[in-house]
Order: sequence, then structure tokens, then C-alpha cells
Amino acid sequence: MIAVIDYDMGNLRSLENALGRLGAQCIVTADPDIILKADRVILPGVGHAGKAMENLKALGLPNIIRSLRQPVLGICVGMQVLCRDSEEAPGVPCMGIFDAHVRRFTAAPGRKVPHMGWNNLSNMESKLLKDVPRNSYVYFVHSFYAGTCPDTVATCNYDSVMFSAALRYENFYGTQFHPEKSGLAGEQILKNFLAL
Amino acid sequence: MLAKRIIPCLDVKDGRVVKGINFTSLAEVGDAVEMGHKYAMEGADELVYLDISATIEGRNTFAELVRRVADTVNIPFTVGGGIRSLDDAARLLDAGADKITINSAAIARPELIGEIAGRYGRQFVVVAIDAKSGPDGKWHATTHGGSRPTDKELFAWAREAEDRGAGEILFTSMDHDGTRNGYPCPVYAALSDSLGIPLIASGGAGSVDDIAAVLTDGKADAALAASIFHYGKYTVAEVKGQLAASGIPVRI
Repeated sequence: MIAVIDYDMGNLRSLENALGRLGAQCIVTADPDIILKADRVILPGVGHAGKAMENLKALGLPNIIRSLRQPVLGICVGMQVLCRDSEEAPGVPCMGIFDAHVRRFTAAPGRKVPHMGWNNLSNMESKLLKDVPRNSYVYFVHSFYAGTCPDTVATCNYDSVMFSAALRYENFYGTQFHPEKSGLAGEQILKNFLAL
Repeated sequence: MLAKRIIPCLDVKDGRVVKGINFTSLAEVGDAVEMGHKYAMEGADELVYLDISATIEGRNTFAELVRRVADTVNIPFTVGGGIRSLDDAARLLDAGADKITINSAAIARPELIGEIAGRYGRQFVVVAIDAKSGPDGKWHATTHGGSRPTDKELFAWAREAEDRGAGEILFTSMDHDGTRNGYPCPVYAALSDSLGIPLIASGGAGSVDDIAAVLTDGKADAALAASIFHYGKYTVAEVKGQLAASGIPVRI
């Protein structure tokens, strides 16, 4: 059973649908017991990183999440709150699994913010990305990004800003892009996560 | 490199896809979910579904359709038509839409943009502007399918929408929509330069060259098109293949 953590940070339906298309059973929950017992845990998230941490704390989840030993996948803001901290929420420590700071893209001519749309993956090195062709396009929507760090397992380049498209530390994985919206490449990535 | 997006647009009436020529005559073209799935498989980057039903039954059919689309397609999709309130937007989000687009309702009450963006994030809100050029050369937003001019000047209104929380602007030239004569590229380029958020071009594509022009000379981040896909003139894959061959970054 896959636990998809529900902490009121955006719509979970597309993720549930994507998992359903792969034949996976998931339960949308904020119950620590269910999360602790799940085979896999997904932390999705769209919105503000500060709000995301606040909601997780209100549900008593940050320490539960840190303690997990099964494969965990953070998506978008779900990945960002697994980093050390975010410029979106100054002074608010995040969960600190990935050794990365989250920064804001500065808008520039040719670099609109949010970074929205399909961009390609480079420097892919993780079981999470197995059988995903090099330079595959995946779907991003974000204004903040994790810089590259020792945990980076795929990068993406947005108008000369190189950032972490995917992160991994032990059993924790994170994608800045949305695998549930990334066509066949995204399906392969979710399949890989289910097979870890 | 961030790819330019190709977005088929499906106008839906009572659950079926239709497409008007200059928004007046309607010709039915097919099942909305099947067509969306086919476009996604051919390589569409996103889909837009616009509800043009005039009745409550039609609206309910649309929400059910959004649910079926969300079950079926593995790329982002935007829905619009008849969204007047935060509740309307919430219903479509719950049904599985990734983004909503608002047009007349934002002109009538611009605060709506901030209300929806404040609750669901900027990325969820696409502000659509149907504009027409006037005798003085200025472009103004219109409502009711281009039939009613407003006092909103295109550039000022697009900036205001961005400031209020829009995540993207979808600009349709009502002088070009449905004509298949191409896009007004200089207007797109100036508008794109004036915005810090992505600009989607819509209305007027008759050929791949037209789309290529609006993505390069017109500096648009994405192109939305309907008739060139629906009538089988080109497949999405053919359009993207030709764009790639002319050096435009697209997801193949």
C-alpha cells in the first residue's frame, strides 16, 4: 500500500489517477500510523513552502516523515520541504533530509517565473530514473528551486540556472517536476519508484 | 532547455467537442475524452478544454467530463468557460483540472484572479484575453466572444492580471481567431516582453509556419490551436516535428 500524504497542499487527484493507471493501490491520508506502516510514501505538494511546513507541523508529521525507512518520494513543494530551508520561508527550517537550500529564480529577459512547462533532464544517475531516456522532457511548474548538491541525481537547466531536478538521500527521493503529469517519462519514473 | 508548448484546444458543448469559426458557426467534431487522449499520445504538451454549454445540464456534464479527462490523460490540462467564483474553480480543481482559465469574469471582477491564485497558487490561474484592435491601433479586451468591447487596454490589462496573481496569459486576437491567416506577431512580441509570466498565443494558426512565427518572432511561450488539429490537417506530431526541424525547442 502506498500512502499519499494529505496535508492540504493542492490537488492529489492527478497523482492518485497516475498511480491508478499503473495499477497501484494508494491511500490518501495524514494518519501517522498508516504512513509508518505503508510500503511507500509520497509527499506531494503545490503552493507555498512555509505553508507546507506549517501544515505538516500542525499534523505532527515532520518527525514521522524523517523517521521513515521505506522509500519516500517528495514531489515539487513536497521535495522542497525535504531540503534544509527555503527562501520562500525565511527562518523556517525544513526537514533537512536533502542537503540543499531552496532559492527563488530571478526573473530575467528570457527567464520568466514560474518556470513552467517541459524541460529536459541531464546528469541522470538513480534507480528512480532507470529506463528513462537521456534528455527526456518532464513537466515543471515552480518559482523556487533546490541548487545542486551531493544528493542531486538529475539536473535541469533553466536559462543558465542549473538546479536539482531530482534528489536522493538513502531511502528518500525527490523530484522538482511532476511525474504524474510528465507523460510516458513520468509514468516510468513512478513505476521505478514502485519497484524500488 | 525549456520547450515551447503546443496545446490543442477543445471547445466542448454538452460533452462533445465543437469548434467555431470566429466563434459563431459550430461544427461538431468528436468525443472530448477520446480526442484529448489521442492528442496526448501524439505529443501534445498540454490540453485546454473550454465549456461553451449554455445550460446547467451542460455545465454538470462538463464537470463529469473533467473527471474522465483527469482519469485518462497523463499531461496537464486546463479548463475554462463559465467560471465566475472561487467555488466554480474549486469544483473543477476537485474534478482533477490542473489549471483554470478565466476571461469575462476577471474583467467583470478582477479581484477573482487574486482570490483563486491566493487559494490554489499562481500556476492554477490562466487569464484569457480576447482582444480586438481598434481604429486607433490600440488593442482592447472584449467579452462575449468578441462582440462586446471593454475599456481594458490589452497591455495594461495583461500586466494587471499578472500583478493580481495570474500564472499565464492566453491572448487571442479576435481579428484573427478561426481565420487560419496567422497570428499578429509584433503584438505578441511586445506583450511577451512586457510580462514576467508565460504568454500563450491563440487563434489564427493555419499552418506550421504560422505557429513557428508566433513562437519565434512573436516570442510566445506556447501556442494553442484547434482547427488545424481537429480537421486532421496536421497531427500534433507533424507540427512538432516541423517545428523541431526549423530549430525551435519542442518536446518530441
